[in-house]
Amino acid sequence: MSTASSGFKLSEWIFSTDHKRIGILYLIGSIAAFAVAGIMALLIRIEQSAPGPTIVSDVYTGGDQYNVWLYFHGAAMILGFLIPGLTGFAANYLLPLMIGAKDVAFPRINALSVWLFWAGIVVALMTFIVPDKPDVMWTGYPPYSVTTAGNTSLYVFTVHLMGFSSILAAVNFLVTIIYMRAPGMGWNQLNMFVWSCFTALIIQLIFVPVLASAVTLLLFDRYLGTHFFDPANGGDVLLYQNLFWFYSHPAVYVIFLPAMGIFYEIFATMAKNPIFNYKAAVYGGMCLLVAISGEVWIHHLYYSGMPDWLRLGQMVTTLLISVPVGLMTISLFGTLYKGAITFNIPMYYGTAALYLLLIGGLTGIPLALTAMSVHLGETSFTHAHFHFIMGIFATFSVFAAVDFWFPKISGRMLNVKQGKIGFWFNFIGVNITFWPLFIIGVEGMPRRYWDYSQFPAHFAGYHKVATIGAFIVAIGMVMTISNWILSAIKGEKATDNPWGSNSLEWTHTATPPGPGNFPKPVTVDANWTPYTYK
Amino acid sequence: MKRAVSAMVLMGLGLHAAMAGAGEKVAMPDPTASWNHLWYHVLIDLAIIGIIFLTAGLYWVWKYRATRPNQIGEGPKLSKIGAISFAVVPAFLFMADDFYLAAKGWTVWNEYRNVPRNAMEVKVTGSMWSWAFEYDNGVSTTFMPDSKEGEGLVVPVGKPVVLRMTSTDVVHSFFLPDYRVKEDLMPGRVTYLWFQPNKEGETIATCAEYCGNRHSFMWTKVKVVPQAEYDTWVAKQKQGAGA
Repeated sequence: MSTASSGFKLSEWIFSTDHKRIGILYLIGSIAAFAVAGIMALLIRIEQSAPGPTIVSDVYTGGDQYNVWLYFHGAAMILGFLIPGLTGFAANYLLPLMIGAKDVAFPRINALSVWLFWAGIVVALMTFIVPDKPDVMWTGYPPYSVTTAGNTSLYVFTVHLMGFSSILAAVNFLVTIIYMRAPGMGWNQLNMFVWSCFTALIIQLIFVPVLASAVTLLLFDRYLGTHFFDPANGGDVLLYQNLFWFYSHPAVYVIFLPAMGIFYEIFATMAKNPIFNYKAAVYGGMCLLVAISGEVWIHHLYYSGMPDWLRLGQMVTTLLISVPVGLMTISLFGTLYKGAITFNIPMYYGTAALYLLLIGGLTGIPLALTAMSVHLGETSFTHAHFHFIMGIFATFSVFAAVDFWFPKISGRMLNVKQGKIGFWFNFIGVNITFWPLFIIGVEGMPRRYWDYSQFPAHFAGYHKVATIGAFIVAIGMVMTISNWILSAIKGEKATDNPWGSNSLEWTHTATPPGPGNFPKPVTVDANWTPYTYK
Repeated sequence: MKRAVSAMVLMGLGLHAAMAGAGEKVAMPDPTASWNHLWYHVLIDLAIIGIIFLTAGLYWVWKYRATRPNQIGEGPKLSKIGAISFAVVPAFLFMADDFYLAAKGWTVWNEYRNVPRNAMEVKVTGSMWSWAFEYDNGVSTTFMPDSKEGEGLVVPVGKPVVLRMTSTDVVHSFFLPDYRVKEDLMPGRVTYLWFQPNKEGETIATCAEYCGNRHSFMWTKVKVVPQAEYDTWVAKQKQGAGA
């Protein structure tokens, strides 16, 4: 995986300011977080496979063990895998290449971002060695997070480190995109992935500080004796929930936008087609989504005792998200129309993404309705909904990205057979896992329960099927990730542009790209776009 | 092609609107029934949109496979008017559906929030990890999930019940799955929900906001009984408390 010609030296990686190496460091860190959080998911699923204690010791301490797994699964998947996998790995590796730049605007700040990210991973992993393991879920709602015996500070510091890392990365990439595009490259000639990161990072820059302030107040309440969230002393419980979701709903789009961006790249390349209605997807889709993203957070507080007018107002704004997302979807589907589609591993994931986007997106509509949400919210219906769109759709986009750019990154081709078998395990497994949860969710199965003896006996059957599905996914994940490692070492050598793409990272660089990226400075003319195949 | 797609979408919405028109009015407000009714409409709505998109997507994926190496796609280059219409028309169709759903959702939401005047009031207090109920006639009950001891919430059939709720420690949520309703409880605020117990029998309410170790066990019996039985129950509770 080296991007320089000399042999491997660890210090050359740790102190590297090359965006490609930093991207790979992000990838390794986020896959590590993904693996540990994935093991937590398996533990959760085994525990839920039957009512009563399955692998936890007994009914009295069972919750203490199970809640730590849930906490780590949620926090690590979102903060440690999805956001860094997309805006860390993919954005780092690809943005400068796609816009024809030698590196990012501030390479040293970029190195600081990845160090902070790794520090965040280490702090998150300390969950497993401290005696008072954090158990506050990834949401960390007070008063529980203030009164629990669990170590809330680990949660706060993980958010601080990851958040600081994200803010630095956001500033860095926004400046890079605005000022370092190749001469002649206009805004309407940018790759969709560049646009998706541009919009996602604007969200990060605006909203991460709000989350950071919320968890900092939590830290003060817990350890310094302040009362921001303590109603007995004039504080307010709901203040935290508002601050938290004011960031954390837009954060969903920080994940969703680059995931869409990756699938646009794959579709355009594999179908050898221009992006269908590019401007509608960019301005009506991505930019409008950023504009709406900050006005919908109340849908996470539909049954939290907020004033009714606010619940109704944000029901309307939440429903209106269908406009930008719908325009992006039409453009994604339309890119296939009259194409010349080649099927390979990235395109397998792309085709699955069409389905995942629809299931995950459409099941969000009942949850957007205040009146529906008072029943479906906090049930396994909600859980299955956000796993389809944010969990699986986005995870598949990271996998598709690694598979698609693998020849460029490693200089070698993946083992196609192993990749395809891994895909089928992943795809079939996620459906077996999450469809049963949709069904019992409508019947009232709550989230975050490890025991459900009070519910009808047939729930156990559905949970059992979901657990089997989780293990099928696990096989697929092991096959996929081991394929990357083995193929990086001994895969067949790749040519410079194996997919015949028209994007700069394929047409103008060596495989893998050397330091400085481009052998000759890049300029483009007014007719160039990454998608002009005719 | 363009025309075919928009015709399909319009047909879908038309069909949908026609179905929505049939048999709306319920004499007495019953949010549970309205929820079930709305759920049915939402499912149809989602199925129409999902099937249109998924069919188009999968059909195109299958139909436009490359047949020879180095083949180039023949995707359309939209004219200015084409591009604008392909943004504005779908945007309005999506908005139409949004406002249609919002209007229906709004109606049901009003039922959920407007408590009938004759509602019986019960005060609910959530604590880690149990529920306590206080009736306006002075009776108070609890429920212990471990031993399954205690009366839980007992209400007479046919009379709306409003719960005024608060918490002594952390955030909880009173979730009645069979009545399709939940609302959070938290210290420092009083929240409410109401439901219409139309069927006799026993069901459960369970906590739906993460509250620590025994969150999964924070449930209570909810019993709906005939008025006569309820009156005897109340008398018995008062006697028990007095003795």
